[in-house]
Amino acid sequence: MKVLVAIKRVPDGNVPLRLLPDGSGLDLAGMPMRINPFDEVALEAAVQAREAGKVTQIVAVCLGEASAQDALRHALAQGADRAVHLVTEQTLEPLTVAKLLRALVDEEQPDLVLLGRQASDEDNAQTAPMLAGLLGWPQGLFVSALDWQAPQLQVSCEIEGGQETLALSLPAVVSADLRLATPRYLKLPQLLQAKRKPIETHDAGRFGIDLSPRLRRQQLCPPPPRPAAVQVANVAALVAQLRTEGLA
Amino acid sequence: MNHALLLVEHDGRAPHPGLRRLLGAARLLAGRISLLVAGHDCQAVAEQVAHLAGVDAVLLCETPALAHAPAELLAPLLAEALRAEGASALLAAATPFGKAILPRAAALLDCAMVSDICAILDPETFVRPLHAGAALATLHNPEPLKILSVRTAAFAPVGEQAAAPIRPLPCTVSARCSSWLARQNVTDERPPLHRARVVVAGGRGLGDADTFHALLDPLAERLDAALGATRAAVDAGFIDNAQQVGQTGAIVAPEFYFAVGLSGAAQHLAGMRDARVVVAINTDPTAPICRHADYVLEMDVKEALPALLAALGPKADHN
Repeated sequence: MKVLVAIKRVPDGNVPLRLLPDGSGLDLAGMPMRINPFDEVALEAAVQAREAGKVTQIVAVCLGEASAQDALRHALAQGADRAVHLVTEQTLEPLTVAKLLRALVDEEQPDLVLLGRQASDEDNAQTAPMLAGLLGWPQGLFVSALDWQAPQLQVSCEIEGGQETLALSLPAVVSADLRLATPRYLKLPQLLQAKRKPIETHDAGRFGIDLSPRLRRQQLCPPPPRPAAVQVANVAALVAQLRTEGLA
Repeated sequence: MNHALLLVEHDGRAPHPGLRRLLGAARLLAGRISLLVAGHDCQAVAEQVAHLAGVDAVLLCETPALAHAPAELLAPLLAEALRAEGASALLAAATPFGKAILPRAAALLDCAMVSDICAILDPETFVRPLHAGAALATLHNPEPLKILSVRTAAFAPVGEQAAAPIRPLPCTVSARCSSWLARQNVTDERPPLHRARVVVAGGRGLGDADTFHALLDPLAERLDAALGATRAAVDAGFIDNAQQVGQTGAIVAPEFYFAVGLSGAAQHLAGMRDARVVVAINTDPTAPICRHADYVLEMDVKEALPALLAALGPKADHN
């Protein structure tokens, strides 16, 4: 089974976000970047499946600016067999990413496309179902467990109030929930080895797809802050306050 | 006049409770609203939703293939219905159901969509959270078709009206679908997380599953609250996945949120920052949750919870 894993490079979500005071965007100066944690999980699931003999080839693909190749180096270190970089300095919207991935799928002919359920920066969760729609393939989203029984995959999807189990005929698109796999810790030798592996680099414009965004961001600002908390001295004081708030 | 088509999430018996608020959002954009109810044997749902204020028509598509609402069929069905109705907006609630179907429909319609909108500034301008809720983006969407998933808690619910007409819609789409095998629901007498007025949530700091439940269950019972948890608590096995509150779990906006023994990582805050009143019970006054709380009780949870329960007294007797 050949698996294509799409990965995105995002700001590290554990580092406090800084916004530009004029509302024009993020202050990324000095901001550590990393592979989208959900994509890292997707990749880990693929690597573990290859180690178990269920998958024969893993191709990691990243769409983005030149520096995004860090994420691909991480993917190679984690266990991807090949890394493909579609380079563009344009900020890409999910529909454009889906179209680019579809074009790559037509070339690579994978049996499965695995992505993280959402990017931890934009939180759109659109790319996987959009890609599945463009391909006309079955989809399994927010997947927390995957049973690799080719020619079908059995997936457990996180839904409201529980899980749903689906069977997907291949080829299919799956988006990974954090629970799908625990990414391995990468040791220095693996990281160094990955630096010597080739990254297949192409211009994202090679497929003739219009990369320009359709939505326009007018501003990016912090959410309205909550007024400073009241420090209650004891439980009785808390209950009194909560009663005035209508807790009953 | 803008015509919006809304995707109705339901369980065959009743619509998802977020529908009234989804309608509230739709009315800010559109003068004419149609609802799509698709499934197998869901006439009852169509009859209920026809009574929601603002609904002009209910399209009912019933066929066995739609019994478990496969996205592979619902997406093209929505796209076709939208074209047939001449609607210019397509809305769904930003639930796992809506998030599975709406983007797929958007791709079929070659249309960019805006997810998780929490405010509508005008029919082309929307606000949505990103970076796990640490930032709000205002987006202008000039697409001729407005495809939007909605954080329903951010909008006011609509009331009732005389029944709108229900029209049958044939299912003329086919696709290579996923097969539904099973569903595992969290069975609980407590209100579900996404509709509870009060949520009592605990973190990894509670130590173990027994302590988590020993401390939180009685408070949740007393307050008719849902139980929530951080991802760390869920991963440690304290409680089912379905009770996780956060960026990738439930995103809730209850009246009251008790954050017990949890530090308030960004990914957790993303799920509860819109709660009306947040109470943090913690021994660490510098924990991030304290900056997002209205009341902070700096006390050991093992002492605080039983004391809180005692101070609240018994539930009022509703005869």
